[in-house]
Amino acid sequence: MPVDQQTSISVSGNVVQCRGAWTLSNLNDLERRIERLRWPAASEVICDVGEVTAMDTGGALLLQRIENDLVRREKAVSVRGLKPEFAELVRMVQAKTRLNHASPAQQAGWEKPPLQSVKIKTDGVIRALAFLGETTVAIGQSLLQPRLIRWRAMLRVVEFDGVRALPITGLLTFLVGVVIAYQGAEQLRKFGTNIFIVDLVGISLLREIAPLIVAILIAGRSGSAYAAEIGTMKVTEELDAVRTLGISPINLLVLPRTFALVLTLPLLTVYADILGVFGGMLIASGQLNVSFAEFLDRFDEAVAVRHLLIGLAKAPFFAVIIALVGCYQGFQIRGGVDDVGRHTTISVVQSIFLVIVFDAICSVVTSWWDL
Amino acid sequence: MPSTAPAGTPVIEVSHVSTKFGKAVVHQDVSLTINQGEVFVIAGGNGCGKSTLLREILGLTTPSSGTIRLFGVDSRQLDVSNGGGIHRRFGVMFQHGALFSSLTLAENVAVPLREHTNLRPKLIREIVEIKIAMVGLPPDSAGKYPNELSGGMRRRAALARAIVMDPELVFLDEPTAGLDPIIAAGFDDLVLSLKTHLGLTVVMVTHDLDSLWRISTRVAVLGDGRVLGVGTMQELSQSDDPIIREYFHGPRGRAAHEQAMWNQLKAGN
Repeated sequence: MPVDQQTSISVSGNVVQCRGAWTLSNLNDLERRIERLRWPAASEVICDVGEVTAMDTGGALLLQRIENDLVRREKAVSVRGLKPEFAELVRMVQAKTRLNHASPAQQAGWEKPPLQSVKIKTDGVIRALAFLGETTVAIGQSLLQPRLIRWRAMLRVVEFDGVRALPITGLLTFLVGVVIAYQGAEQLRKFGTNIFIVDLVGISLLREIAPLIVAILIAGRSGSAYAAEIGTMKVTEELDAVRTLGISPINLLVLPRTFALVLTLPLLTVYADILGVFGGMLIASGQLNVSFAEFLDRFDEAVAVRHLLIGLAKAPFFAVIIALVGCYQGFQIRGGVDDVGRHTTISVVQSIFLVIVFDAICSVVTSWWDL
Repeated sequence: MPSTAPAGTPVIEVSHVSTKFGKAVVHQDVSLTINQGEVFVIAGGNGCGKSTLLREILGLTTPSSGTIRLFGVDSRQLDVSNGGGIHRRFGVMFQHGALFSSLTLAENVAVPLREHTNLRPKLIREIVEIKIAMVGLPPDSAGKYPNELSGGMRRRAALARAIVMDPELVFLDEPTAGLDPIIAAGFDDLVLSLKTHLGLTVVMVTHDLDSLWRISTRVAVLGDGRVLGVGTMQELSQSDDPIIREYFHGPRGRAAHEQAMWNQLKAGN
């Protein structure tokens, strides 16, 4: 920033001479000069501002600071030559600074309130439980009275989060099938047990990997969208409008999304199973000389139906986790725009976390039962 | 910065501006000149293109044809990258405040100083505190976030941010819309006192007939995409234009006029 060479402050005798433009662009320079300045020794000091050509609030503030500094050193200060057009400004700054120094509360204003993390956490648990309870009741009511279900909204979610997610879920599970088969092929060839590629690909994909990949993908794709949509509606007071129109936001927003995902996620999982196994089949025929016909023959006897069913049974639970976490985080958004981003992130992290935890529990439980 | 330009020199020149959004014509051949030291009000009914004109002056929207000069610079050049110096000379208060929701009030007001000057934090803090006091906000509101402030306080905070650089020119977009009459009147006083203290030129878009009578030096009435009339409120209230007459002589317009006359009488006695 260019510094005006004319702007200066100097001391001669008992006169503090101020010159030039006392405006924002020069203030930093002036402030440094003032710090280097040695104030006159005399007990009466004259502050000559006759040659100040421009002054803004910052300049007036600095002048005020010089005066305060001198008064603190027990000197009598008089300001000389203040131009009438600046007088009003200086007077106002004087009045406001005095006003401000009267109240110590102003300092606190700059510090953020301390984190009350413990209280916030317990509050969060209670709110989450309240939301879960409210939703459970609403789901129960809808199941008893199916005409309450908003089919149109539900079908829209099925289209957006199911049909339009087909390409990406298909591609990803296909690639995962390819990767598993490739890694398995190395090991199986060493033992000459090429045909077991079918067991490897079939069981791992159907039972664990395909449902998990689909759930993680949908959590990132749809769970985040739920949080952002509902949160934005909250910020723009649309949620309040919905309430005052006598519509329950849970019925309007949460249930269609939950029901639609519960329906969609198992379907997507079946689709993902097919494409994943197909990926494995391609690698098996390319790397291990297991033809498609041999692969399918073996598939029939090696991969029990229960593996498919266990995989599919988990999908609706994943769907509930994703939909509820996304919607819940959306309702938690309070303040402004940055809150939307924060809670969207939280929704994705939490739903993926919960999906994996649930999956781990399922694995333990099914192994206890020898499934 | 008071007295950098003599009163009466044009600060904004709008010449032959036309705006079309698709087939909808917003402005046709609008010309205006706004001078240093004025409180210039752009008035007119809903949807007459007041806010669009303001956005065009600020360089946020480009008109279909015509030119707008702000401090002699074409507003199309008013890009953030090359307009630099100009941006320090004006402040804008948006209709809903447009405060940054992740920052406290004090941090919001400090943003222009942090971005455009090399001042030390202590001096920035002092200037911000003065500006917060100037717009009549209590010192303890400095640490609050925008969503913790009431509508009136948010407007004041937005005004504090607009004037923190001591600009020559301030734009106010519907500053009193949605405020209660007492706070709205207080806001008018505030604008007037800032104008005298800081030597501001004020450009204001408003529907508020009371503000029009109280603080405007000149008013432009827009309607049908054209400027229907420019002048003081006294002049405009004599106008023959049917739209202007309806605007100022409807029931609300009359009440505001009577109130203004009454205030003048009181002041005279």
